[in-house]
Amino acid sequence: MTTTKPRTLPLSKRGLNFEMFMWLFTRLSALAMYALILFAIIGALVMGARYQMNLADVLRWGFMPNSGHVQSVPLENPDAWATLLWRLTASALLLVATAHGVHGLVVIADDYIVSRRGRLTVRWLSIVMIISMSVIGVYVLWTS
Amino acid sequence: MSLKRNVSLAAGLRYRGQGPMLTFVLHRIGGLGMAIFVTMHILASFLGGDIGKSLNDIYQNWLFQIFIFFCALFHAINGLRITLVDLFPKLLVHQREAIWVEWAVFLPIYAIAVFVIISTAGG
Repeated sequence: MTTTKPRTLPLSKRGLNFEMFMWLFTRLSALAMYALILFAIIGALVMGARYQMNLADVLRWGFMPNSGHVQSVPLENPDAWATLLWRLTASALLLVATAHGVHGLVVIADDYIVSRRGRLTVRWLSIVMIISMSVIGVYVLWTS
Repeated sequence: MSLKRNVSLAAGLRYRGQGPMLTFVLHRIGGLGMAIFVTMHILASFLGGDIGKSLNDIYQNWLFQIFIFFCALFHAINGLRITLVDLFPKLLVHQREAIWVEWAVFLPIYAIAVFVIISTAGG
């Protein structure tokens, strides 16, 4: 049996370019989203979701803890669902998800668009999209 | 700079990547589906009015809900596997077993969700 030398370099020798950073960000933001969704679901259960909501409502709240998502639910204390804490949680989830999602679109586009011009266009479109969707999303969350 | 792959579309479709390839393709479809849905949803809440209502009608349709729940659930479960394997590369040897576990978790949850969506739509 032949032994092969390990081919992985330590991070300091590999360097950290933008693509490497975004690769890591995609994984870490996924973990952050699991944490935020779990936090929202636990929060809903603490606020009485077991007696006031069905599973679909809890999931809708879990994926985005915005009070608009539980407007149609007969809640005992609707104000508790629109506090500063939940607006901040929803904003964090929105910003992380937008960055994760737009970078995902760039990764997919790069697999099919190979010309230099096309890729440059995709980069600029993604920058426009990430800024506009973040701003519009946060606006909707804080005005609804 | 342009890439040349020397692989025709037909050859690409015949490529048998098996289980891992299937999860790769479904992960992509799921991510794209959610990106389109979330963009539509945010724009609908922002614009309101007739445009918002017509966008709402699309994603309140039960067919769209079956599709988008597939996207969200598969992307979430498969994404957890990708994250764990990538952050702890030693786990890569268990990749195929992990994919079987993934389906064992995904299929019952998705089946219940589809049942609930259809029975709600049916009244």
